[in-house]
Amino acid sequence: MRALTWHGKHDVRVDTVDDPEILNPRDAIIKITSTAICGSDLHLYDGYIPTMQKGDILGHEFMGEVVETGPKSTLKKGQRVVVPFTIACGSCYHCGKHQYSACDNGLPADNQDIAQELYGQPMSGLFGYSHMTGGYAGGQAEYVRVPFSDVGPIVIPDGIEDDKVLFLSDILPTGWMAAENAQIEPGDIVAVWGAGPVGLFAVQSAFLMGADRVICIDHFPHRLELAKKFGAETINFEESATYEALMEMTGGIGPDAVIDAVGLEAHGFFVDNVIDQIKKSTFLGTDRIHSVRQAILACRKGGRMSMPAVYGGIVDKFPLGAFMEKGLTLKTGQTHVQHYMPALLDAIVEGKIDTTFLISHRLPLEQAPDGYKMFHDNQNEVTKVVLKPGLAIAAE
Amino acid sequence: MNESRSAVRDDAPATTAKSRPDDPATEALIDAGGAHVVGRAVTINKSAAELYRYFRDFTKLATFMENVERVDVLDDLRSHWVVMAPAGRTVEWDARITEEREGELISWASEDGADVANAGRIEFRDAGARGTVVTATIAYDPPAGTIGKLVAKLFQREPAIQARRDLRRFKQLMETGEIATAARTKKQYDEEKA
Repeated sequence: MRALTWHGKHDVRVDTVDDPEILNPRDAIIKITSTAICGSDLHLYDGYIPTMQKGDILGHEFMGEVVETGPKSTLKKGQRVVVPFTIACGSCYHCGKHQYSACDNGLPADNQDIAQELYGQPMSGLFGYSHMTGGYAGGQAEYVRVPFSDVGPIVIPDGIEDDKVLFLSDILPTGWMAAENAQIEPGDIVAVWGAGPVGLFAVQSAFLMGADRVICIDHFPHRLELAKKFGAETINFEESATYEALMEMTGGIGPDAVIDAVGLEAHGFFVDNVIDQIKKSTFLGTDRIHSVRQAILACRKGGRMSMPAVYGGIVDKFPLGAFMEKGLTLKTGQTHVQHYMPALLDAIVEGKIDTTFLISHRLPLEQAPDGYKMFHDNQNEVTKVVLKPGLAIAAE
Repeated sequence: MNESRSAVRDDAPATTAKSRPDDPATEALIDAGGAHVVGRAVTINKSAAELYRYFRDFTKLATFMENVERVDVLDDLRSHWVVMAPAGRTVEWDARITEEREGELISWASEDGADVANAGRIEFRDAGARGTVVTATIAYDPPAGTIGKLVAKLFQREPAIQARRDLRRFKQLMETGEIATAARTKKQYDEEKA
């Protein structure tokens, strides 16, 4: 089959590799019909994530048609499914509590060592996202092997097109959980850093959960425009001073809840960020957290912080004093996708949530490297690239 | 000896101690004959009875113990172990169950003539809604000579990590019915297992 493979920083290629096979009883093989490039794939593209190996197949947002099933899979050939990016067993203690991204058994036993050393305990497996998260082949390919296919994938009813449901695999549940973690109360003012896909879904979710106002912070005008469409007020941090603007816009109180949807590649030329950048290049620290610092400072006393953004390592200059003195609450974590999928599918079917607005580009799988480059280079216009393995290559 | 320290020993397992225990009783227990001891605990979301039943059939141990090629059951108490060693070699021994309590624990020890003298013990303790805490303790005594050096290499490589991985595989098998693999093809899968 053809698959998008990682070869190094800014070097991804479409290679021919062996087709996946059923290896465990609960496996299924899915023929991919749509797969998206995620903002967090850019972290791999930029070489920020350790334990990548040449030839690794990327992609953790995908859906397709069931073509083969193991004896213990509950799926049937021909069904259309969206697959969660978290690989979880459904039967351990954490899965029982619906904390799927904390599954005990999603990672192969030997791969659990790295996560155990770094984080204290191993987490669930993830598709196409380094060997620390299992080394599972991802879905930016023609076919993918899906473990635990009896508990992960959700079956999509006929008549609902791919583009409407594809984002159930990651970013829609991630945006929803981000808003849920912000413990929004009716009348709240919520501030969201990052108008990327997760930030934009968090904006929609926050309103659905009863927020009175949502303020979205970014520097890409087109993305802020999208946030505005969903009713958010905007701050362009290149034009306005974010903290001062937030304080003024909230009558000197600060937002009740703050959501960091930026993650480890926080842009912005601020002094502390530049120091972080130097540290990154000299291996002194891995994560840049300007948005975290700003969110903690702006959040109202006793307020809540939610952090869906991806961080992998250790940071310094975390404003622990402000966090403690103001009595903030922080909730975070990789998304428990399986927990949120059914209700969000219903919301899509009922027309309460729209996700298709996000897709700016549709490309054949063969043009995936172009998709990465344009997503990386032009984040203002390129909001989401969806790869379609079945799509013919456009005429030059 | 520091009397006050030994008098207020903490409740952590002796195998997690930062330094050698300084009370003679513990010393005698875990350091008999200079043996190396590895202990690990894992919680498995199944009943103690179910886990005990699976483990008690030693022929199944090779499904989740990476270095164990096979275990032949000789009679109700005795078994023959074939364990992979470096350079394509194997080490073997006969083992005898020295203590067992239905649903609670199994202890075994190698008999005379073992390539590697060793003893093991696995305990199953009910943990309510979380399932069962399974604790494995392995003690082994690397022999002298050439084979001893090979065996030492095998067992001392990272025996604590090996035990931890074996217990994780046991947990996966019991909880999910399979052992997780990230392989994509049968060829990769076989290479990983080799």
